[in-house]
Formats: sequence, structure tokens, C-alpha cells
Amino acid sequence: MNEEELTTVIPGVAVGDWVDQGVDWLNSTFREIFRAIGDVLGTLINGLIDVMLLVPPDVMIVALALLGLLLRSWQFAVGSALTLALIVAMGMWIPAMQTLALVVIATAAAVLIAVPIGILAARNNLVSNLVRPVLDFMQTMPAFVYLIPAILFFSIGYVPGVLSTIVFALPPGVRLTELGIRQVDAETVEAGQAFGATPRQILRGIQLPLAVPTIMAGINQVIMLALSMAVIAGMVGADGLGKKVVESIATLNIGLGAEAGLSVVVLAIYLDRLTAAVGGSGSDKSLRSLIRRNTTARRQPSTTAS
Amino acid sequence: MPALEADGVFKIFGRRPERGVRALREGRTREELRSRGLTPAVIDATFSVDPGEIFVVMGLSGSGKSTLIRTVNRLLDPTAGTVVIDGTDISSLDAVGLRRVRREKISMVFQHFALLPHRTVGENAAYGLQVQGMNSSDRRARAEQALDMVGLKGWGASMPSELSGGMRQRVGLARALAAGTDIMLMDEAFSALDPLIRREMQDQLIDLQQRLDKTILFITHDLNEAMRLGDRIAMMRDGRIEQIGTAEQILNNPVNNYVAEFVQDVDRTRVLTAANVMEQPVAVLGSTSGPQAAHKLMREHQLAWLLVVNRDRTVHGLVWSHDVAAAVREGTDVLPLHRAELPYTSPDTTLSDLFTQAASSPAPLVVRDEDQRLVGVIPDVTLLAAMGNGQSNGNGQTLENVPVGIPAGVDHGTEVR
Repeated sequence: MNEEELTTVIPGVAVGDWVDQGVDWLNSTFREIFRAIGDVLGTLINGLIDVMLLVPPDVMIVALALLGLLLRSWQFAVGSALTLALIVAMGMWIPAMQTLALVVIATAAAVLIAVPIGILAARNNLVSNLVRPVLDFMQTMPAFVYLIPAILFFSIGYVPGVLSTIVFALPPGVRLTELGIRQVDAETVEAGQAFGATPRQILRGIQLPLAVPTIMAGINQVIMLALSMAVIAGMVGADGLGKKVVESIATLNIGLGAEAGLSVVVLAIYLDRLTAAVGGSGSDKSLRSLIRRNTTARRQPSTTAS
Repeated sequence: MPALEADGVFKIFGRRPERGVRALREGRTREELRSRGLTPAVIDATFSVDPGEIFVVMGLSGSGKSTLIRTVNRLLDPTAGTVVIDGTDISSLDAVGLRRVRREKISMVFQHFALLPHRTVGENAAYGLQVQGMNSSDRRARAEQALDMVGLKGWGASMPSELSGGMRQRVGLARALAAGTDIMLMDEAFSALDPLIRREMQDQLIDLQQRLDKTILFITHDLNEAMRLGDRIAMMRDGRIEQIGTAEQILNNPVNNYVAEFVQDVDRTRVLTAANVMEQPVAVLGSTSGPQAAHKLMREHQLAWLLVVNRDRTVHGLVWSHDVAAAVREGTDVLPLHRAELPYTSPDTTLSDLFTQAASSPAPLVVRDEDQRLVGVIPDVTLLAAMGNGQSNGNGQTLENVPVGIPAGVDHGTEVR
């Protein structure tokens, strides 16, 4: 049975046509602006990819492992070195770095947009009420749908991939920033007010620092969503692991699909564990907390309070 | 001029709270307002705090005391009424003016300390100064000084998480002290601490107040704490202030049943002091007098003992009537002074601290001021009567009629030289 054959009194509404016309209008009106945005993003991503591929994979792996050691633990460092080496061994290093660059750029942009909106939403109930349904929309709209206007505006390549990734990955950044700031102990904020701090001083000195763990959890979510979207972006011609996956589907190449998929998993786990370690107070095994412990131990007073 | 004055302060939560003020003024009850979606937290609060005074607002949870203290520095805007701090009506100030008052006049200590966990103890203590824009070396010095005052010398580089609850609240106190304001608001400042630490902090607060002459508005739900700290106490219930008075006034003259019931379980011996219950001796003897004069005086007043005082009102000793009688029989000129050390005490010693002393000596307790001069005596019977709910003491006087200390000397007693 076709949709047209349904018995109903509700008249048809051409939502699709309106959106279509809207997108056309946007495209013709803001063509220059879109082109400028596209140029900037394209340059950024290509630049970053070039830099990441300039470094030999072995050096890159050691650097990433050291970062893991600094922020988390030596076990994590060893684990990530081995799994990253597996990517190289599978011949997936170049697409992996392309995907990583896309994720990094999309995440950076999403965070730059999400955190200020989250701060506004935390300070103003009206903003919060307006932003929430928009975020719901952005998060539940099937991710593929973003790709269509993105292609119309920016043609194929990295740029539509990055932009649809930003839109898709943005919501948890906003939500958790708002939550983090609202969660800050009311008495601590009152303390700032009671000593005559300005709203800006309270935001920068009290609310943001105390919201950091929650904001970092949000950024972690942003990265995870960006990674999943970056794969979908392979469909619009963004080079990277996503494109390999799409290729493997088109050619029913199960081997290629497994290798590309496994590489995505490795990147995802590495990024997730790393950002989780930044957000939390950090595991005790990290180099960072070791350094911190040593410096505080030295500052510890020898006298006790009377 | 009072340091702090609240006049007709209302704080009502809900939509269009002004209508609640009108309704309350027309005599509607709190419950009637509740049914209209309004929650009156503070109703018509009027009080003033003198410079250098510890003014305690005491009430159970939900009585509106925490809301009241927040209207004083406008963390909450009063729905109606005015708050005047040091001559400035803060209810009419804009944001900039209000911040200036908060920086310069009035600081606050919080129940759960409200320290910044990501900053060191020293940085926390210096918070108020940092907000004021003081340069970092000056504020470090001031913070050090404040930490020193609260007994946390040398802890400036530690993180708050490394400190115990009591120590954290000392940091909260140091932060308020370092800000250098004359008025300090303390919102249940010691309620989150365990009893021993709380007691210690109370002593420290009294000590600091005496040294620095701060004006303190202290909120508590603990009546014993209120009685211990407060120069005056405001008893609050359901948003209204029921009574304002000294601990003794509230204990002995409760204005209504609520206050009376509230204070009936108070350990009177920890609230009343020697000055509250002491009597003037009916007669005292000059130290140059002989047994004959003593004998005459004791017979006249039917006394079993008599205090002997020097010309400067310091206590020379005490004689018992049987010793005096014996001396007169023997015809000696030397006063038969009581040999053991007399049980001396000071006017602000609480009764609970007097009992052991009273029990260990047959002589009455002798109350002396800082200059060792006699201000009163407390015979055992008076001490016991004081516990009997303030109905009467040894003289048949009610407690509140007992003069608190005698200014120049013991003028009321008959003195024979």
C-alpha cells in the first residue's frame, strides 16, 4: 500500500519542498560566505593532515603513547602503542590520520561553539529553554540527513564531512557544560558573591574551574560522536577510514571493512581513555599526578596547626 | 549608630511576592499564603546589631534564619523592608554599589565552608582581597596573617582537601577576617563540625571577637551555641522573630510558650554565670578591725561567716562565727582568719564550673573582678536555688533583679572599721 492511498482528513504538508526551497535560497544568498567557510576549513584540515603525515608513523606512535603516559598510566601507554602499531601494520595509517585530523578539527570547532552556548544556557533559563529543543533536534535527526545540505553548500570532500560532524557532535558539549555550571555548589557561588566578586570573576574563578570535570565529560562525548560521524562523512567524499568502510561495502570486501573498522575502534578507545583521564582527577598512575604529588609533598608544612 | 539595622524585612518566595507582604500585614497567616503559592520565609524582621556585638539568630530549620542572613548582604533581595549597614541603605544600591559594600563592609562564613577546592588554603584565605584587586604579594601577606590568627600558620600551601572539617572552617574564617570588614555574617558556621571541634571554634570566635572587635551576626539552630556566643539572641520561628534579648532574659523571661518550651531543656548551669546569681554580702569587715567588731556585726546580721576586705576592696579573708566567738572569749586582738584558700571565681564563670569548687570548700564562693576586687558572693544555697528554674535565689529575689556586678566597690554592705 502506498502512502497516498491512506484514508485521512489531514491535508498533505510539503515540508520537504519548503526545506528544499529554503536550502536553495540559503545556497544562492550566502554562496560567498559558504565558500569562505569552506576554504578556511579545507585549508585547516589539509594542513593538519599534511603535518600528521609528515611525521613518520613510528615517531607519531611514540608521541601518542607518551601523551597517554603523561595523562593516564604506563599500561595505557603500552596498550595504545601496540594497537596503533597494528593500524600501521594493516596499512591503514594514512586514512587513520586523515580521520583523526577530521575529528580533531571538528571537535575543536564543536567545543568552541558548545562551551559558550552552554555557559549562556547555565546563566539564563530562557536561553536554556530555547537551546534544549534545538539540541534535541540536532541529536535525533538521522546523521545522514545533515550530509545532503552540506554537499549542496560545500560540494564533496572534507568540508561537508567536518561541518555535519560538528552539528552532530555539538549537543553533548552544550548540555554537559550547562549541567556542570549549574551543578557547582550554590554556597560556593554565594561565597563569591558575598565577597563582592563580579559575575565574570565568579564564572572564571569559581564556576568554570569547578565545572571542568563535567565539561571534560562533555568533550569526551563530543569526540566519540565526532569519530562515529567522521566515518559517515566518508560517504560524502571525506578521505579517511570512513571512505575505506564505504569502499568495502560497495565492493563487499570484508577484509578491508574489518581492517578499517578495527582502526576506528583503536582510535576511539585511545581518544576516549585519554580524554576521560583529563576530565577526572586522573588515575594515580599518570605521570601528571606523580609530578603533582611530588610538588605538593614538598610544599607540605612541617608544623601542624595548634 | 548600630553597625547593622534591619527594619521590617520580608522575604517571600513565589510569583508576585509583594501581594504576600500586603496579605501578611492585613493579618493573613502563613498557611493562607501557602495555599496561594507563596512561601513567606522571613516576616517583618526588625533588629539592630551594635558595633562589636555578637548577635545570634537562633531558630530551627525552616524558621527562615538562613534566608534572613542572606537578605542582610542581599544574596537574596528582601521583598520589603530596609537593611542599613554602617549608615548605607543597601536595599537601594545598584550592583556596583552592592559589590563595594560586600567588599568593604561585610563578609561571610558559610555552613559548608564554601572553599574553592582548586585553590590552596592561602589563595582561599586571600579570595576577598583578590576580588578587590589587591596585588598578590600584599594579599599573600594579609592571608598569612589571617591564617595565623585562626591557628593555621604554615598551612597556606596546602589544598583544602588535605584539611579536616574544623581546619577548613578555620580557612573560611580566615577568608572573612582577611577581607578586613567590620561586620561578619556567619551562617551556621559551626553546625557541620563535630561537638568537640565546634566548642573549640566557639572559644576561638569569642577570643577573636574580643581581640578584633568585629560585629558578628551569627546564625545557629543550636540553642546552647546561641547562649554561649550571643551577646543578644533573636529567637526565630516560622519566619518571625519571637524575642530578642540576652541569654538570661530569654531563659528567665520567655515572652511566650514557644520560647519557654524551647529553653526549658537548656542546661541552665552552662548559660547562667556567677554574675547572674551572686549576691552582695550583707556585711563585710574592714581588714583593720578586730574580733570584737566582727562579733558585733555577725550577731547583728545573724551571720555564720563574714568576709574581710582591704581598703581597695580586695579580699583579705574570711572569718567563721565560732572562731570569732572563741577569739572574743580569749580576749585576743587578732582576727581568726579562715586558713584555707577561699574559693575565688570570676563573674563570667558559668555555674557548671562553680559546682566542684563550691563542693570542695565550706566557705561561700567569692566573686572577684579582674582587679581582684570583691563583687559578690555565692553561698551554696544560692547556687542550688539558681538551678530551680529561676524562681528565686537565696534572697527571695528573682534572678534578673540581681545586679550584674557592683561598679566601684561593695557599697551595699554595711562596713565597719
